Amino acid sequence: MDTEPLTKLDPAYTTVMRIEGALTVLPFLIGAIALGVAGIFPEPWTWAPMAVPAIFAVLFIGLLPIKRFRSRGFHMSDDRVRVVKGVMFHADTVVPFSRVQHLDVEQGPLERAFGIARLILHTAGTHNASVTLPGLAHADAVAMREEIRAHVKRESL
Amino acid sequence: MTAAAKIEVGEWRRVNKLTLVVNTLLTAGRALIPIGFALYSISDDGGATGIAALLFGLGGIALFALMIGGAWLSWYRMRYRIGENDVRLEQGIISRSARSVPYDRIQDVSLEQKLIPRILGLVEVKFETGAGGKDELTLSYVSEAEGERLRDTVREMAEGEGASPIDAAHRPLSASAPAAQQQGETLFAMGPKRLFIFGLFNFSLVVFAVLLGAMQQLEFLLPFDLWDYLSDWLRDGRIVEAGKAVSGYGLAAKIIAAIYALGVVIVVGMASGMVRTFVRDWEFRLDRTPKGFRRRRGLLTKTDVVMPVQRVQALVVKTGVIRRRFGWHGLSVISLAQDNGSSNHDIAPFATMAEIAPIAREAGFTLPDDSALWRRASSDYYFDRAILRAFFPATAALLAFVTGFVPVGLALAAVTMFIAAGEYFLWRFVRHALDPEQVISRRGWLAPSLRIANRVKLHSVEITQGPLARWRGYCTLRFGLAGGRLAFPGLGLEDAREMRSAALNSIAAVDFAKLPK
Repeated sequence: MDTEPLTKLDPAYTTVMRIEGALTVLPFLIGAIALGVAGIFPEPWTWAPMAVPAIFAVLFIGLLPIKRFRSRGFHMSDDRVRVVKGVMFHADTVVPFSRVQHLDVEQGPLERAFGIARLILHTAGTHNASVTLPGLAHADAVAMREEIRAHVKRESL
Repeated sequence: MTAAAKIEVGEWRRVNKLTLVVNTLLTAGRALIPIGFALYSISDDGGATGIAALLFGLGGIALFALMIGGAWLSWYRMRYRIGENDVRLEQGIISRSARSVPYDRIQDVSLEQKLIPRILGLVEVKFETGAGGKDELTLSYVSEAEGERLRDTVREMAEGEGASPIDAAHRPLSASAPAAQQQGETLFAMGPKRLFIFGLFNFSLVVFAVLLGAMQQLEFLLPFDLWDYLSDWLRDGRIVEAGKAVSGYGLAAKIIAAIYALGVVIVVGMASGMVRTFVRDWEFRLDRTPKGFRRRRGLLTKTDVVMPVQRVQALVVKTGVIRRRFGWHGLSVISLAQDNGSSNHDIAPFATMAEIAPIAREAGFTLPDDSALWRRASSDYYFDRAILRAFFPATAALLAFVTGFVPVGLALAAVTMFIAAGEYFLWRFVRHALDPEQVISRRGWLAPSLRIANRVKLHSVEITQGPLARWRGYCTLRFGLAGGRLAFPGLGLEDAREMRSAALNSIAAVDFAKLPK
């Protein structure tokens, strides 16, 4: 069961992660500009602090979103869902539908603008009490929720 | 509120009136220390005239009246109801809170008696929901008889509510012979003799920490200043005199003095361990009743806990470095309910394996025997860990040798060797097994512990790998277990995948709603 191909997330998820990255870099950029304008550092180094937001921008806007997108994926079979993630630290989680307590589909403002959503599965276990699958197209997330819910209901009858 | 009254469903009731006495005493006890402080500071001023003392006395009386009034108000404003579908509790003098706990969410009902309520014949009833500690429903206090009845009533209601097919199969049995089976059979009990042996192994130096702490807190009560005395002792050379005196004693006397000091520490440690054991586990008794395991224990605070067998998620068998040599082990269970703040319930804290096996069988688990197919974690994992952990002491040892501190270097080298040997033994002794119904984990080297979880009662499976683990080809396998943790670090990837798919197949085959509740 570990050989099946993983379903990729929605490509718009990369864009959302890029914007989130940009928001992370923004305070550093403002700080660096402020330092430059104030002229804290001597002449040739006045704009040296800009290196920090520049490096962060390459990391958080350029590199990480692509790497994250590539490392994430999921696979739904008829009785379980497998969620894979992690660039440096891999995690590969399987939740059987029969152990799902309840389900959430969540959207932040950014996610809503790009039409994607997070599917969150809650279990009764102490570890992995909730497993989040981000970056799904909203319609897909809702469809998956309905499918898992239908499965839970059918089993319980 | 007469003791003989039967519990009516749907009737609002108040807790026992004697609760007033308990609460007043408790508040007064807590107020004692601040009042003491106040008295102390007044007397310290030296200006405690008659009027000031009188005012203070009047203030004290007013405060006491206020306490009684407050206790009465909170008693008057607190009521509870055993309803058709839930237990309700309303309380609060000005801001009211109403809590409702549905029967099918109640994990167990426990009775607890602290010292003062016990003298007055009162108990505290706790309805545990598995929400973890704080959010459970607590009735303090009702009379002992009322507590017993409340528990029986609630348990009957709870069973009627969440009747699953498996429960239904058990019910005719308990209904046909309720009184006779109520007591159940005793699975395990500890008499004074067993407690004494248990106490010997519960060596604890907590009392020294408490003494030190108390010395810092209450130092102002001593007639002399401890720290000034100590610094005088150092400055005036009295320490030198004391040292001279000691060196004058000769070698034999010095050794005797050292042995004496060590002996005192050991005796005090054992005595405090003994006291703690006797206070906690006095008259320990575990019964198998039709409703589940019933455990009673305690000298000053008596507790009486019933745990439905079906709610047991996993078993833990623990031991200690020394007690293991004498064949003593402790059995506890993992469930959603909490026990004195710890998530595991001790059900046989000090027993032989021969005594533990039948209890485990009652709980629906089998202890692994020689036929279990034990597997080990990846040797690479322990090799990497040994290198990472021994790195700093080894470097330090090398530095010490180079700079000429040979004894220090030798000590550090010994530490390095010990760490490396420890990892080797961990690799040899830590193991896991998978049988058709259970997942078994055995951890530790000098004091091994065993965890047995029911495969069907797991909730999720996760395989994680850090960068090093990915490079070296091992991983950590984690199971989602209700109320506890079950992790297997450093497994080979193939082994972990095999365990995962085997466990997942058993989990997926049984729906959560069909799990025995």
